[in-house]
Amino acid sequence: MSAPSFRATARASGPGRARLGAWSGAGLGVAVLWLSLLVLLPLAAVVAKGAGDGWTGFWNAINNHAALVAIRLTVLSSLAVAAVNAVLGTLIAWVLVRDDFWGKRLVEAVIDIPFALPTIVAGLVLLTLYGQQSSIGLHWYATNQGVLVALLFVTLPFVVRTVQPVLLALDREAEQAAASLGAEPFTTFRRIILPALAPAIASGAALAFGRAMGEYGSVLLISGGLPKTSVASQYVFSKIENDEYVSAAAVSTVLLLISVVVLALLGEVQRRAARRG
Amino acid sequence: MTDVPPTVVSPSGSARPARRRKPRTAKYVLRFVAVAYVAALVAMPVVVVIWRTIDQGASTFWHAITAADAVHAYQVTAEVAGLAVLINTVFGVGVALLLARYRFPGRGLLNVLIDVPISISPIIVGLALVLVFGWTTGWFGSALQNAGIQVIFSTPGMVLATVFVSMPLVLREVLPVLEEEGIEQDQAARSLGANALQRLIRITLPTIRWALAYGVVLSVARALGEFGAVRVVSGDVSGQTQTLTLVVDERAEQFEPGAYQLSVVLIAVSAICIVAISLLRPRGER
Amino acid sequence: MASLRARSLPVAALLTVITIAAAGVAGCSSSKSGGKSLHLVAYSVPKPAYDALTAAFGKTAAGKGVGWASSYGPSGTQSKAVSNGQKADYVAFSLEPDLTKLVPKFVAANWNSGPTKGLVSDSIVVIAVRKGNPKHITGWDDLIKPGVKIVTPDPGSSGSAKWNILAAYTHVLADGGNDDAAKDYLKKFFGNVVAKPSSGSNATTTFLNGTGDALISYENEAIAARQKNQSLDYVVPDESILIENPAATTLDAPASAKDFLAYVESSDGQKVFAAHGYRPVLPGVSPGTVEGANDPANPFPTVKHLTTIADLGGWDAVNKKFFADGAIVPTIEGTSG
Repeated sequence: MSAPSFRATARASGPGRARLGAWSGAGLGVAVLWLSLLVLLPLAAVVAKGAGDGWTGFWNAINNHAALVAIRLTVLSSLAVAAVNAVLGTLIAWVLVRDDFWGKRLVEAVIDIPFALPTIVAGLVLLTLYGQQSSIGLHWYATNQGVLVALLFVTLPFVVRTVQPVLLALDREAEQAAASLGAEPFTTFRRIILPALAPAIASGAALAFGRAMGEYGSVLLISGGLPKTSVASQYVFSKIENDEYVSAAAVSTVLLLISVVVLALLGEVQRRAARRG
Repeated sequence: MTDVPPTVVSPSGSARPARRRKPRTAKYVLRFVAVAYVAALVAMPVVVVIWRTIDQGASTFWHAITAADAVHAYQVTAEVAGLAVLINTVFGVGVALLLARYRFPGRGLLNVLIDVPISISPIIVGLALVLVFGWTTGWFGSALQNAGIQVIFSTPGMVLATVFVSMPLVLREVLPVLEEEGIEQDQAARSLGANALQRLIRITLPTIRWALAYGVVLSVARALGEFGAVRVVSGDVSGQTQTLTLVVDERAEQFEPGAYQLSVVLIAVSAICIVAISLLRPRGER
Repeated sequence: MASLRARSLPVAALLTVITIAAAGVAGCSSSKSGGKSLHLVAYSVPKPAYDALTAAFGKTAAGKGVGWASSYGPSGTQSKAVSNGQKADYVAFSLEPDLTKLVPKFVAANWNSGPTKGLVSDSIVVIAVRKGNPKHITGWDDLIKPGVKIVTPDPGSSGSAKWNILAAYTHVLADGGNDDAAKDYLKKFFGNVVAKPSSGSNATTTFLNGTGDALISYENEAIAARQKNQSLDYVVPDESILIENPAATTLDAPASAKDFLAYVESSDGQKVFAAHGYRPVLPGVSPGTVEGANDPANPFPTVKHLTTIADLGGWDAVNKKFFADGAIVPTIEGTSG
């Protein structure tokens, strides 16, 4: 999830791995059991429940107005937010790495706020500023803009924190060579730096997309519970409250599938970019 | 770090003065956009909430944070978060050791699987747990009901939900460090006669201590802030299964006073975590 | 910098962890001592009333020292939660079917054999509007005018929603119309619904946050909102339905839960309910002045045409006709999305 800080600075060392002994084998067994019980089984239960009423049941659960509206809102908002973050996140990472000014440490800390803040507090915080009693006159309660702002809030750190370490570790020689050959700064950025950052940007955008797809607490208050501004997680929650588990599970399965597909695509982009760079 | 390295000796010395003017404006523009965006998106709303809380006065604040269900919520939150972080730390270090030091079939799959939980919507997490452990809705439901074990609507369910959403945090920080470190030291210690526990305490833990601390703080922040999954599995019983985040939600949705005040408490705790996070962030980024 | 960090880091991180762990251990031990707590599971809107009732009960001899763990939510959802294992000693729902669902596994079959037939509070369906009633809504027929936005909860989870739908439907019958005319009205009604929140309480919140022109709700909820100084007015329409809220203790509830139920059904308990806008179930209990009502001195006006569930043939018949699969409401809801 978060800052791949330690991950980015490590080099995986393949050789030297031992074969499993008694204790380590047992440990692995416990870990696998724990993972199965806690992760695999519950997720399988969701998919199974969604398919519980057969294909017709699954289709009916998805193909109704409220569910489609919720899924569409969620997917489009998440894509938009991932795109905005890809651009602005890179920009912010650039400024944090290559620029120095009074208050930069404060900006760094502020960027971590969405990581550490409970989502419902983020939701209240956003409702206060953009809701009915807004101090700045922006009334985005129960609007798509409100949902977008909430999603931008919670996904802010992702691209920034994946790009930063790469930017820091970047070898400046190519840039300096380009500069000495007379290249404009923007060309240098476009031709040399951006390709090097592309894998990190793709990775961060994927994280932002995944997070936005599943977001609940921060969107809950500002979306106002109206069907046209409810995201998919809200729809699933209301189905759970109505004891309509098949509907809830079916929509959940669709969300999981969409996430898997987009993440796989972004992973492919990342791999291609890494190979080229 | 500025973007014009002063020590570069350029063969075409005449080109330099012409480039100085544009980068400077661009630099300020970029800086302004970055700072303005972060300030407007994140800083401003948080400041407004803190301001409103201060505005509502000290006695309102005191009443809100000492209300009976708020006090219970502190206990519930601490219990659930504490257990979840403990479980995930043990799991994270254990599995990291397995992944870094041993080879076994399915190693790659395990590596990927551990990342799955954190990207799943918390509501789906809650639903998934209910569909396995709920008495009338879950695969293990009748067995649990006959044994009288309550998972959903009780602390165990909430702990499971919190563990689920924060599972890889410790592991992902500790694993690269273990991999980079290699096992030479460990093997040397073993050949000198140290047993497994001694090696763990004397060699492994000191190696991973910063990464471990970082991962633990991330887990704590995540566990304290969990809302969606807990909402589904807890039953929202005030005084028993309401975490602090659920109380904030109830106050906000019921127009009862105290939402701001309790949020500020959570903001303060988050701020402590952020300070710890930024102090612990690896030196490479400073 | 490195040495400062080397010293403050372990302190910072360790302190955080130790605090959490210590609090967790402390939390473990003290929350277990709440074992004397009675578990109250109720629908969403009576929280203010039950907060007052439990406090007043605590002042009586039978209620001394009794702790409470309460949960409020949509009536249907809460009922399912109890059957799914949520601990409950005293349950209170918006409508009878949500309680009878728990018979016989969780609630005794003779729960409604007492003097009040298991009911603890009454109310009626009213139409809440913006302060000053800018759209001049005076009754049900104004609601189906084009451009009027209605907020009513989701009948899948909320008890309030079902009462609202029944009131909307039966007002046509009370005015002399037939079932076809009533179904036609209901279709137009749903066409004007802009939000279907999960519970009666959430519907109030949605309305107060600026959505909609009219909120269909309990009379007691409108009064409660006004008691919290929220800006809304409410209209008592000429036709409405008598809302009857049941409550019971569960099979293995301790004696103090039964004492509480007895208190709630006594005239003292009924007076507390009345102060919060509920119509008493005991005859002869005078509500006194009720702040927040349209006329505090006469808070519970008689409704010209009041239908009751008994008039409609009892809850079994009502469920079959209106809420079962393929019945009136799911059919109309399905077409209006």
